[in-house]
Amino acid sequence: MNYTERAIINGLQGGFPVCERPFLAAAEQLGLSEETLINGLRCLLDNETLSRFGPMYHAERLGGALSLVAMEIPAADFDRVADQVNAFPEVAHNYARDHALNMWFVLATEKPERKDWILGEIERETGYRAYDMPKLAEYFVGLRLEV
Amino acid sequence: MDDPILLDETDRRIIRATQSGLPLVPRPYHVIAEKLGLTADEVMARIEDLIEFGIIRRIGAVPNHYKLGYTANGMTVWDVPDEQVDVLGKRIGALDCVSHCYHRPRYLPQWPYNLFAMVHGRSREEVEAKANTIAGLLGEHNRAHTILYSTRILKKTGLRIGD
Repeated sequence: MNYTERAIINGLQGGFPVCERPFLAAAEQLGLSEETLINGLRCLLDNETLSRFGPMYHAERLGGALSLVAMEIPAADFDRVADQVNAFPEVAHNYARDHALNMWFVLATEKPERKDWILGEIERETGYRAYDMPKLAEYFVGLRLEV
Repeated sequence: MDDPILLDETDRRIIRATQSGLPLVPRPYHVIAEKLGLTADEVMARIEDLIEFGIIRRIGAVPNHYKLGYTANGMTVWDVPDEQVDVLGKRIGALDCVSHCYHRPRYLPQWPYNLFAMVHGRSREEVEAKANTIAGLLGEHNRAHTILYSTRILKKTGLRIGD
């Protein structure tokens, strides 16, 4: 990774300006030209070093519900249940984890009441309990990766 | 703090238009405005309001931590007294190695943990060293903890919001 890429990743994890020429303003802060910054961002997105560039939204403040849900699924049923869970478009991320509760997914719904309905459907379709773990308090959200 | 804020249709259109990211052009807000039939000033003013109200957390780049070598991602979970969780959570959330920190419900007996802190590292050893730092901060309030590593990504899509 070269100097420019490192500067972009470390310097642009937040605080991108809202103005007529935001890339120019951000580039000046990083000691780059506007064109170098735009091209650098395009490369980092194309080669998937960055997964996204833009505004990060706070889902609950948009009126929806966001929750983390855990399930305990025997190995023999794991792939079937993963397919059934993933089929809901409201399931955003789903990870296998090394614990008795071995399936963990994020459920994001536009309307809070829809969350309970989907959890009920998931339990009915899969035959396993879904442990709903919504956040009760948030202490920090952000990513501070130095490269 | 998390009361929904009333957004109008124009806000929602701006949210939809920027969910997959900002256009990589010198005047990105002008491009969004043109697409939506608004003025650039209006788009910028509304985005500034969305930031002010906390609906936009921030504008920036989201690194793909796997690509950057942070391949060990541990969800560290802790059982701490409920009366202490807010004070302790703020302390843990302030650590540089923690990307998300939340209070979540327990499900006894199988799930005693009420404090979640996501820790990213280049190896499990690094994650464990960081978990030790957290354990040190929690001291006697840490009644039990474990680290759940992700072993497989089963699904990963962007959040669809504002539809």
